[in-house]
Amino acid sequence: MKNLEKAVAKICAEYGNDRTRMMDIVRAVQVKFGGVDNEAIDLIAARTGTHRVEVESVVSFYAFLSQKPKGHVVIRLCNDVVDQMKGVQDVAKTLSTKLGIGFGETSSDGWFSLEWAPCIGMCDQAPAALVNDLMVTNLTTEKAAELIRALKANPNPGQLTAKFGLGEGNNAHELVQSSVQNNIKKTGEVLLGDVPAEAGLKKALQKSPEEVIAEVEASKLRGRGGAGFSTGLKWKFTRGAQGQDKYVLCNADEGEPGTFKDRVLLTERADLLFEGMTIGGYAIGAATGILYLRGEYNYLRPFLEDVLQKRRDARLLGADILGKAGFNFDIRIQMGAGAYICGEETSLISSCEGLRGDPKNRPPFPPQQGYLRKPTSVNNVETFCCVSRILDKGAAWFAAIGSGKSTGTKLLSISGDCKVPGVYEYPFGVKIRDLLQDVGAENTQALLIGGPSGQFIGAESFDKTICYDDLATGGAVVIFNKDRDMIHIAHQYMEFFVEESCGYCTPCRTGNVLIEKCLRKILDGQGEPEDIAYLQQLGNTVKKGSRCGLGQTSPNPALTTIKNFRAAYEAVLKPARDGMQPTFDLKAAVSDAEELAGRQSVSH
Amino acid sequence: MEKPRIATASLAGCFGCHMSLLDIDDRILKLIELVEFDKSPVDDIKNFTGRCAIGLIEGGCCNEENVHVLKDFRKNCDILVSVGECAIMGGLPALRNGIPLKECLETAYINGTGVYNPSGRIPNSEDIPLLLNKVYPCHEIVKVDYFLPGCPPPADTIWEACVALLTNKPLDLPYELIKYD
Repeated sequence: MKNLEKAVAKICAEYGNDRTRMMDIVRAVQVKFGGVDNEAIDLIAARTGTHRVEVESVVSFYAFLSQKPKGHVVIRLCNDVVDQMKGVQDVAKTLSTKLGIGFGETSSDGWFSLEWAPCIGMCDQAPAALVNDLMVTNLTTEKAAELIRALKANPNPGQLTAKFGLGEGNNAHELVQSSVQNNIKKTGEVLLGDVPAEAGLKKALQKSPEEVIAEVEASKLRGRGGAGFSTGLKWKFTRGAQGQDKYVLCNADEGEPGTFKDRVLLTERADLLFEGMTIGGYAIGAATGILYLRGEYNYLRPFLEDVLQKRRDARLLGADILGKAGFNFDIRIQMGAGAYICGEETSLISSCEGLRGDPKNRPPFPPQQGYLRKPTSVNNVETFCCVSRILDKGAAWFAAIGSGKSTGTKLLSISGDCKVPGVYEYPFGVKIRDLLQDVGAENTQALLIGGPSGQFIGAESFDKTICYDDLATGGAVVIFNKDRDMIHIAHQYMEFFVEESCGYCTPCRTGNVLIEKCLRKILDGQGEPEDIAYLQQLGNTVKKGSRCGLGQTSPNPALTTIKNFRAAYEAVLKPARDGMQPTFDLKAAVSDAEELAGRQSVSH
Repeated sequence: MEKPRIATASLAGCFGCHMSLLDIDDRILKLIELVEFDKSPVDDIKNFTGRCAIGLIEGGCCNEENVHVLKDFRKNCDILVSVGECAIMGGLPALRNGIPLKECLETAYINGTGVYNPSGRIPNSEDIPLLLNKVYPCHEIVKVDYFLPGCPPPADTIWEACVALLTNKPLDLPYELIKYD
């Protein structure tokens, strides 16, 4: 009892008893005690001067937090569609058998918990699992058995890194020590080729902040996270907004299934990213930057903290940066805790403020009122990296790369049915057909461009190009060959959205469930022709009735497969004959009552 | 020409929607000029006597008998209308859907506050239809053609809807008749 009280007091004090640091506080309690129970919630609320409901709402919201204690070792096996394609079910069976527990359960000795997790950013090396902070990739049943054997001998995942070998580049860094592979398969001239250190920042500091923004605007750089808003414009709004304190937030919560390019940038281009954030701070007049790092990438945190410290030591962060009097800027890392919705910028802001990852109403937009209601610019990891390069090489250089209104290069995370999955840096305007050839994809039926919130395209679109005006993407490209059942895949992605909806807007909370159920019904062979119109109508309602990007795009797996793979649906839909709903199962519906009454129903 | 027939049923509802139907006052005389009532609590006809143009369903399905009646309506009616909240969404009876059936029955007949039941048993006669594991809205069991929202839908809503269906004219309900907030 006293132990808990002392520990909570210490943790809260570490974060200044500041309730806006709730994420850090509850994460720390979770790690120390395996859960944040009622007593801990009360203690935290008292220490931070808030109500217990505020603490509880945070604990209950995030997948990595729990009121019930979890095992010392939590194994989170990724059940993304790509992992399913690569045989994760067999791995799951092995893990479950070897541990003697099912998914969602904790072993009776309290040592192990087994859970499913949505995309953990390892689609190019799937199936993958997160074991506490240890990433284990390219799982096979043998490797899974070996993992459990090793964990049972030494239940400390941190000490198992050597067992699985080390990845290339900084994955082998002493502070990372991970078997994760970068799989950089194509380098371009902006991001993954050679980049000189701090060249952009030095040149930026010779300009006025307005000139920096003008340069970024002239480059026509658009947000790399997916929405594609003009970065220069966003910065101009933030700089021009009323208010003293301004903030630069970097969205490193890449959770869109099939995306993993930010992970590679964080591993190999951390300095370029922080350089870009610093330029952003200078441009908009901010003194504080926050890197919101998804909880799954916690294994990169010590490394990133070290990079930040080295930058402080080199006067690249802190007061009077690079001798520029009056330019003070520093960056802190805010860890996420397993919530896809936090990749949405206003949810990300909520999370940084120590709240549930609920989206906020717009307006006001973050450049007017964002983090702590102060003007805030939220940009993607890749966007900041591009900024550093633009300030170094000039807007004209950047604008000359790419196609039309889509300037520069784009990192694509490519996975699924192809020989060479990995990260590819292409100038905007690359044709799908060429891309498929580069990655060694054969017999391709479909591509998912931009993750499940994007769109499924078929062969008739293979001459289209990746760019904002044609096929826009935040970076995820998943390839499906002709053996894949598109309805099955759409259904799996709808299950993902059902799980990840924050629940605030009814159309999203309920509508996605109904869409998922209807797809399930079709998969069960009970689909009827009118289901297509139903799905379309429902999908459009969810899109129109949701306030954030999740609900506005979540019906896309159903809607875009209906649009582009209609034949797959029509092949399995049969008109109902008798006006009855095929999904209603009377026998199952009366089974409970039959057991209670001890007699059979007369109706079936 | 023979008058079209209309049938009504109250399943897991409170008869409030039927009361609302009666609330059309003297227009009921006009209604019976337009239609003949078939199976319905209004005239106490227990079994369908012929094919019906319209079936009005009040209430969702909470037991096997409800399911049987609803299916019977679907078989015998050209157009099936879910009338009111319970038929459309399960309504109040569906509040039990989050509670296991056993717990519901034990609270109602054994443990609940104020329950007087010396036998300590849950009623269980062959005449009592078995309950479903949860309360279902009608459209999850059979195809339903139209939905009239409300708890209950106002008499005017039911009237306008029936007239529109019977005269094959578009239904133009004023906003006041379909808004509930």
